[in-house]
Amino acid sequence: MNIITRTGFQRQQIGLSETLVIFMGVVLFFLPGDYRHLGIQIVAMIIFALSLDLAMGYGGIESLGHAVFFGIGGYAAALFALRVSSDPLLGLASAAGSAALAAAIFGPLVLRAKGVTQVILTIAVAAVVLQFATTARWLTGGDDGLAGYSVGPIFGLFPFDFTGRVGFIYAGTIAILTFLLCRQIVNSSFGLTIRGIRENDLRMRLLGVAVFLRRLTLFVISGAIAGVAGGILAQTVGVAATDSLSFSVSGNVLVMLVIGGMGRLTGAIVGALVFMVLSDRAAAIDPFNWLFVLGVFLILIVRFMPDGVALMLDRIELRVWGRKQPR
Amino acid sequence: MPFTPALLFVDGLSYGMILFLISSGLTVTLGIMRLLNMAHLGFAMLGGYAALAIMRTFRVELFVALPFAVLAVIILGIALERSIFQWVYRTNPLGQILMTIGLMFVMVASANLMFGSVYYTLPIPESLKGVWHIGGYSISVYRVFVGLVSAVVALLMWCALEFTNFGAKLRAAVENPQMARCVGINVKLLFSQAFAAGCGLAAFGGILGTQMLPLQPFYPTQYIVLALIVVAVGGFGSLAGSLVAAVTYGVFDTFCRYYFPEYGSFAIYILLAAVLIIRPNGLFGGS
Repeated sequence: MNIITRTGFQRQQIGLSETLVIFMGVVLFFLPGDYRHLGIQIVAMIIFALSLDLAMGYGGIESLGHAVFFGIGGYAAALFALRVSSDPLLGLASAAGSAALAAAIFGPLVLRAKGVTQVILTIAVAAVVLQFATTARWLTGGDDGLAGYSVGPIFGLFPFDFTGRVGFIYAGTIAILTFLLCRQIVNSSFGLTIRGIRENDLRMRLLGVAVFLRRLTLFVISGAIAGVAGGILAQTVGVAATDSLSFSVSGNVLVMLVIGGMGRLTGAIVGALVFMVLSDRAAAIDPFNWLFVLGVFLILIVRFMPDGVALMLDRIELRVWGRKQPR
Repeated sequence: MPFTPALLFVDGLSYGMILFLISSGLTVTLGIMRLLNMAHLGFAMLGGYAALAIMRTFRVELFVALPFAVLAVIILGIALERSIFQWVYRTNPLGQILMTIGLMFVMVASANLMFGSVYYTLPIPESLKGVWHIGGYSISVYRVFVGLVSAVVALLMWCALEFTNFGAKLRAAVENPQMARCVGINVKLLFSQAFAAGCGLAAFGGILGTQMLPLQPFYPTQYIVLALIVVAVGGFGSLAGSLVAAVTYGVFDTFCRYYFPEYGSFAIYILLAAVLIIRPNGLFGGS
């Protein structure tokens, strides 16, 4: 695993992973057809994967129920657009706020446990919320979900259009801001403490760190970011449905993170990108065989490439440019 | 309605017993190896499909096909345990979850490839098909039968755990794997045996329970959450705990769905969450 050093501060430059991501972003923007809409989904998933990376990769909070915050964010954004105002940024703030609140409520329950127990607790929490969303028709529309709301122009200037151009730039900008925020958090003293807790929480406790409070803070931040991801998707797609809370969403985002490489922010980005592009192509060909390939892929990745694609890119970078290996 | 509660109780009981059978293997793998096998319900599903295939090809009744299907799943379980799971054991807990999720995906895709995405319930023999009428209320014979058979199996499991040498070793391994190894118990072999038995039980439950949990490719993904909750509420490694949790869930869920259809399916989750908040290690788990 990571060795905790301050070298994180020196990694502000743009490496191969970042270049690849920016390149993909530009390509997606200029591709014709539905790719911009796929691009928006990818960007939302990148934000979502970043949030899970914060909690799991850096904080060591094992979550297989992160869809809770993603889904709650989506519903909050939809409800806000339906009942309060159509302003997209305020809607996103409400999504972040609701998801953060949910994280603050579920956090104490989930953070009490460790390891497998923690994983199961997060699954259980997600199941409770999903069940609630399905039954509470007055709030969530039940199985039909929420739809038929409109999202107004950004800053009152740029209206969302059917080409998805504005939507893509909107989502992309927020993703970049989120990435920068995450990098700031990870490299701050708070982030270092969090990594210390992940490595050895007893030791951190003996050093006088308020371990529980730190982890809860991290969990709330992670929840809020996941909420933003869900909110963006709900705003741009125009639907908030129970699917967004399902176990498969939690599973998928974890798979993305593992493909990319956990405990590194570029890993979340690369993983989400690779997963979404592959699954889009594969789903167009044959969704079930894709599941087969994904399953085999997952087993092989854990076995042979446990550090993910991003680390592989770093290694290539090292070999080609001979740059000093980070970490 | 004097009889309704009793009838609902029977329905809930049989549902709960099926849940218990399906998740019992999960409890044991978690207890001994701290291995969260997300693919476990895949074995229940494959058992059901195997029985379906056997019934179709050889045109036999459910109970002729059942032992062969269970045997087939046990063999598959052993084969997987000897191959892919050797990789699974070597990774960290997160890797184990991911690998078994991968295995689950493969199972889902294979099931769809072979049987399509249709819902199947295995046809039950004529003799068990009817309903009993008690004072104007009907009660499914098959449900009663499932409840009884599962109870017998659970009793046999208890006897095997309590009175055989194998059971004693298994209990020791669940309690403290390292200590068990120290006194000369071959924990690895024991685990393989328990794993195979768990697969068999899951297949058995999967085959008998198609009336309640119909066969479909997404069976493992859909019910794994339920099985995990049963295991967590019962306490890891505690079969008695899982039994209590599963039956409570089955009965409570059936009652809630009947009396409060609106919020019925939700109420049970609140109860389970409450249990986990009060006792994070489950009902029968140590603290």
